[in-house]
Amino acid sequence: MTVHKLAWVMVAAAMVAGCGDKPQQNGDGQVVKIGQASPLTGPQAHLGKDNENGARLALDEINAAGLTLGGKKVVLELESEDDAADPKTATTVAQKLVDEGVAGVIGHLNSGATIPASKIYSDNGIPQISPSATAVAYTASGFKTAFRVMTNDAQQGSVLGNFAVTKLGAKRIAIIDDRTAYGQGLADEVEKAVKAAGGEVVAREYTSDRSTDFMAILTSIKGKAPDLVFFGGMDPQAAPMIKQMKQLGIRAKFLGGDGVQTPTFIQLAGADAEGALASNPGLPLDSMPGGSAFKAKFEAKYGQIQNYAPYAYDAMHVLVDAMKRADSSDPATYLAELPKTDYRGVTGHIRFDAKGDLAGGAVTLYQVKDGKWQTLETVQSGK
Amino acid sequence: MDIFLQQLINGLVLGSVYALVALGYTMVYGILELINFAHGEITMMGAMVALAVIGALALAAPGLPGVLVLGAGLVVAIPVCVALGLLIERVAYRPLRHAPRLAPLITAIGVSIILQNVAMLIWGKQYIPFPAVLPQGRHALYGAAITDVQIAILLLAASIMLMLILVVQKTRLGRAMRATAQSRQVASLMGVDVNRVIAATFAIGSALAAVAGVMVSAYYGLAHYYMGFLLGLKAFSAAVLGGIGNLGGAMLGGLLLGLIESFGAGYIGDLTGGFLGSNYQDVFAFFVLIAVLVFRPSGLLGARGVERA
Repeated sequence: MTVHKLAWVMVAAAMVAGCGDKPQQNGDGQVVKIGQASPLTGPQAHLGKDNENGARLALDEINAAGLTLGGKKVVLELESEDDAADPKTATTVAQKLVDEGVAGVIGHLNSGATIPASKIYSDNGIPQISPSATAVAYTASGFKTAFRVMTNDAQQGSVLGNFAVTKLGAKRIAIIDDRTAYGQGLADEVEKAVKAAGGEVVAREYTSDRSTDFMAILTSIKGKAPDLVFFGGMDPQAAPMIKQMKQLGIRAKFLGGDGVQTPTFIQLAGADAEGALASNPGLPLDSMPGGSAFKAKFEAKYGQIQNYAPYAYDAMHVLVDAMKRADSSDPATYLAELPKTDYRGVTGHIRFDAKGDLAGGAVTLYQVKDGKWQTLETVQSGK
Repeated sequence: MDIFLQQLINGLVLGSVYALVALGYTMVYGILELINFAHGEITMMGAMVALAVIGALALAAPGLPGVLVLGAGLVVAIPVCVALGLLIERVAYRPLRHAPRLAPLITAIGVSIILQNVAMLIWGKQYIPFPAVLPQGRHALYGAAITDVQIAILLLAASIMLMLILVVQKTRLGRAMRATAQSRQVASLMGVDVNRVIAATFAIGSALAAVAGVMVSAYYGLAHYYMGFLLGLKAFSAAVLGGIGNLGGAMLGGLLLGLIESFGAGYIGDLTGGFLGSNYQDVFAFFVLIAVLVFRPSGLLGARGVERA
């Protein structure tokens, strides 16, 4: 009889273990998995890890404070995946997260990875909040599951283009992008805004997100004598680019987007970074409502903030906030609560518009002075 | 005209680096008919080791002249890369020397992935900045600009290539290498220690890779565990373009690829009236590669017909 009973227990245990997508119990309560996807290897691994750390910090805090949904104690678990900043890998990773039964996803980092992945999350009804994808196309597909807590490229690009022409007084502008969804999207928006503000685009050149040699395109740009060079891309390219501009004797100002406004950029470009200009969506960390507290918490645990960690942190809180209001971690139930988000996070007041974009996102402009990014001004995007 | 001259300088500097790395591919291929895909990663290791030394020196003795610091980096990086090259040959290629040709190709790719990950574990995922120890002089040259670092790269690459040609053409080791390349079996019958010759080839190729790695990181001002991949791919293409297995071919192929990339990216937009932009830069380079291979399948200077029995 005892042997018989034991056999039944074992069968039952095997069945529970076999159903990975069913909610599991552990000692503390029901486990709910939250996905995180960003490049954890390759040239942008430092930014990817930053996002992961931001999301993990929020998740650890929520777990420490205790979360109860539908009358049951819930423990959140982070499933972090590496999309290598690659659109193809991103879809594989997205499918993997869906198969693992995540209740929601924070990610991805790059627009190029976020856009193809968003279809998979949408097909499976999994809510997705990107902390850093800025390409307009991400929310333009009309997926009900796609959200972002970051100002988009149309908002950022129009501020940048306007700033270059009206504030910096640049007439002749050269534009370079790295042919990624982010770089190209931002560069296109800047081009539109420059033309609208009465500036002239004298050169439009292209590179890749793996290059370090820009001598050829910069030489070609030099021949067109621009007042300002705009680069749509990330810091690993921007740093050698500004060095090579100095080597070639190009005196034009250098302007970039949020991919450039990082500590890594200054570290890599050294003295050549001096005077470089870049924007970042949202408020500077010091002016964020919870900025200094976040910085202290984050740096105690993970070291220097690279860029998007506060957004990943807020994205996690926004996701869980919707779960709390719906009193459920079931995606089908709490998804309806996400568009109603009205959350005051570290990065500011987060509300979504009809497309899932951050409503009324701010854009801040910075310049490198004495080896540090100094805030110039914050502009509210006209939306 | 100044733009043309500038693109010429850009192309020659880029091309010399490609040529140095391409020599490593071509020497190994000439002797073993093996494409050593880990070669790009050896270049990366050279850059990383040199940078670690240079970074430590720049902190410990900030007053030292830049050339000395760079020299110290090279002096440490070259033996490390040579040892690494010898180790890879001994562990990953020699046991498979009589296996089907696909087997060492797979281990080569395996080694390259291992090296990338080892570098990532040691130095992390971040980009490592090159300390500002080098002279930053810029010289005007008929409206173009050339920096001290660029001049150093050109001179160093040219003298190394000259030395390599002398070694291969004039020394006993060089003769043994040429003999082994023609026929491993006959060379060993003539008393050539084939294993030693192959090891020497790997050692020389790895030393060149170390120098190239240091050059690249000094030129672009950064190093990264992933940097060997693209550089290796470009250098391999250069070796094929020039005729893989041929030393002069690797040099010619490297310089040509550098020039094609430079002029391609610089002029393609203006020449086609903006129809094609610099986004076609790599397409353009590989188009030339395909065109050359269609008419000369063994590359520009590659042996025509069957040389080996």
